[in-house]
Amino acid sequence: MLMRHARLIPLLLLLAAPPPALAETFEQQLPNGLRVIVREDKRAPTVVHMVWYRAGSMDETNGRTGVAHVLEHMMFKGTPSAGPGEFNRRVAAAGGRDNAFTSRDYTAYFQQVPRHQLAEMMQLEADRMRHLTLDRDEFAQELRVVMEERRLRTDDQPQSLLFEQLTAIAFQAHPYRVPIIGWMNDLENLAPADARAWYDNWYAPNNAYVVVVGDIDHQAVFALASQHYGPLPARPLPVRKPQDEPPQLGTRRLTVKAPAELPLLMMAYKVPVIRNVDQDVDPYALEILAAVLAGHDGARLSTNLVRRQRLAVEAEVSYDATARGPGLFYLQGSPSEGRTVSELEAGLRAEIAAVRQNAVTVNELARAKAQLIAGQIYKLDSMFEQAMEIGQLEAVGIPYTQNRHLIEKLQEVTAEQVQAVARKYFDDQQLTVGELDPQPLPSAVRAPAAAAQR
Amino acid sequence: MNPCQLLFLLLLALGMQTTHAAPQIERWQTTAGARVLFVETHALPIVDIQVDFAAGTAYEGAGQAGVASLTRELVELGVAGMDETQLADRMADVGAELAGGVDRDRASIALRTLSMADKRAVALDLLRAVLSTPQFPAAVFEREKARSVASLKEALTRPETLAERALWTAMYPSHPYGRQATAESVAALERPQVLAFHAANYTAPRATLTIVGDLSRAQAEAAAEKLTAALPATPGMTAIAVPELPRSGEQRIAHPALQAHLLLGLPALKRGDPDFFPLLVGNYSLGGGGFVSRLMKAVRDQRGLAYSVHSYFQPLAQLGPFEIGLQTKKEQAQEALKLTREVLAGFLAQGPSEEELLAAKQNLMGSFPLRLDSNRGILNSVAVIGFYQLPLDYLDRYPDNIEKVTLADIKAAFARRVRPQHLVTVIVAGE
Repeated sequence: MLMRHARLIPLLLLLAAPPPALAETFEQQLPNGLRVIVREDKRAPTVVHMVWYRAGSMDETNGRTGVAHVLEHMMFKGTPSAGPGEFNRRVAAAGGRDNAFTSRDYTAYFQQVPRHQLAEMMQLEADRMRHLTLDRDEFAQELRVVMEERRLRTDDQPQSLLFEQLTAIAFQAHPYRVPIIGWMNDLENLAPADARAWYDNWYAPNNAYVVVVGDIDHQAVFALASQHYGPLPARPLPVRKPQDEPPQLGTRRLTVKAPAELPLLMMAYKVPVIRNVDQDVDPYALEILAAVLAGHDGARLSTNLVRRQRLAVEAEVSYDATARGPGLFYLQGSPSEGRTVSELEAGLRAEIAAVRQNAVTVNELARAKAQLIAGQIYKLDSMFEQAMEIGQLEAVGIPYTQNRHLIEKLQEVTAEQVQAVARKYFDDQQLTVGELDPQPLPSAVRAPAAAAQR
Repeated sequence: MNPCQLLFLLLLALGMQTTHAAPQIERWQTTAGARVLFVETHALPIVDIQVDFAAGTAYEGAGQAGVASLTRELVELGVAGMDETQLADRMADVGAELAGGVDRDRASIALRTLSMADKRAVALDLLRAVLSTPQFPAAVFEREKARSVASLKEALTRPETLAERALWTAMYPSHPYGRQATAESVAALERPQVLAFHAANYTAPRATLTIVGDLSRAQAEAAAEKLTAALPATPGMTAIAVPELPRSGEQRIAHPALQAHLLLGLPALKRGDPDFFPLLVGNYSLGGGGFVSRLMKAVRDQRGLAYSVHSYFQPLAQLGPFEIGLQTKKEQAQEALKLTREVLAGFLAQGPSEEELLAAKQNLMGSFPLRLDSNRGILNSVAVIGFYQLPLDYLDRYPDNIEKVTLADIKAAFARRVRPQHLVTVIVAGE
């Protein structure tokens, strides 16, 4: 997620005298293991406060998929000192916005508030880090909400279904194969005890870190953090098994049939992600390759497949160089009317082959880097995005202080390195291909104007 | 409270006094006749320029539904001396980004660029070309038309799209706001219709420029002059008609989805109307206040019927809608609809409680700084002020306008604006 913007160096030189409001970052660890990271950004009198737990859907076990996300929902359902709904009520009364998100790698909670409300936010978060009630009735009710969320975001969304099924086939051993929201049958059978076990296992200060960005003095934040989070005891954490994915031995193909109009093709190649910020080369080259293929409207896939050949209605790329688990490089698109999914697959393969044979141009390389740097500057406009960047790096085990180094590494990528990754990773043995086979809707749906008015 | 915390709060309180001011907005008109709103801020080396034309779908002629969106897409796909790829490449070379889109009232073209002179100058030249010399190449026109038809056909298989379209058609049966592009209407569009729509609507008097960021007033003036110099000065400002209120009714559309999509709505409010504040404050308690609203508590928290349920007012140049929306498992669609109607009826009958009113004001006033804590946030707020010609002190007076809303104001405003005899309901994929 995070690298789409990583490349600040020449830009920082341009900003020879950084404006006083510009961010400076500080860090402290409490005796119980909780780390607190503070970025001072004094442009406006607000702060964003985030608590990140190093536990996501990849830490779940069979039969209990979705429990990380269900627990995230339950975190709003009360403690002995702040009953159900009280958390949201108090954030709202503080003039704040709040929410939470669960990923494969982590679970995180945030509030955006006027800066003088930070103390109350910390008090609320510290309370639910240790004292969650997990009431049976609230659990049963919230499970129904989560199943509605699954219907809304996955079961009734053909693209999401394709992605879910493709992921489940691309990975066989690694837990990245399961959807974050969980399989429906697992949700139907999830018990309050499962949520309790998850909470007791992972919600400890030594498995969490706090990120604060905003108009606030870092020493004041450290004092508040020590007061509110300091008393929580550290606890031993469960052993994490690596569950490494065995080598793929040939192309895997799947089809998903769902109500839709346009076919969709999704190709996923197994590629590396950053494990060693200093020594790695390939993940950075893959980031640049992604930008050259689809980083802007004039990039290769759009220009060649959508505009010149008119083979695709859309053609996109997705790659995230930072993750706790294994990486995938996605190429996807929908064929134009009259063209087939196989033709589109051939077209996407031809774009990779072109990089393999002829590398990328100096201009393309410079353009990708210019965009990456500008994106890094634009990110400074959002305190939320800055906090996200810090949190996501830390979630995969990369210290946030390495961000600048990541940017340097991206700046150093050469055309030869981009060509090398195109040659090395995009072979059929590493490929999983998914196809959405669109199914016609009942004819009544196709003519909504004819529906009866009553 | 320990001494450390007290000290902390004191420090914060001292700081608080000075920082709540809304951004200073400057306003002028370019020689060509475009309005400009400018907020100068040098904290970051970024400049945002948003150009809004009164060129939304409401201005499409009969039988030309889809022309507004197609025109907006095409303006950046080829300009004098540069094809679409060259333009996109040059934009990317300096790290600039072009965004925008079309709604009922507006067509927006938004540029974000770094403020360093060499980058900014290139980006501004490119934006100027998009504004003044789009070429609408015939081949690109045909290709984009085909892509629009394809994505429209896809969208028309989605229950959420079907529901939203059916709702607008039902709310505005004989008004431009209810008109929707279809695969047929887009396929029938000809290039001269796009040229004519562009010539009539992308003019200086119909344009508002909002500029936020790292420029001096003089630089902003020069930029605005340059950007608008070549725009036609022809006025031709056509007002959008006042919509008639529909008769209440219920429409059901079959769909194989697992979840039913339920929408209720009616035309309710235009920009600049004094009822805006009582409706905003009242709606916070009804369904606007996220997790603390009545709808969320009743439909989600107490019954587990939906993941998301909300209500909102969307004020437009003419009466824009009040809308309630939720999704629920097919089998419980009736139960959810009944419950939603009960919550609405209860709210219309009694209004919010004293407690709810206080909570709404606390959040709406307290969270006001969050809306303005980034250049992007300032841009969004100021662009609305500019395009809809709201008073320049709108943001300064916003907290006061919230504060003075009373229970009686809310009840009276809802009674005027949300009358059940005009409320239409759409259910897609209900049993």
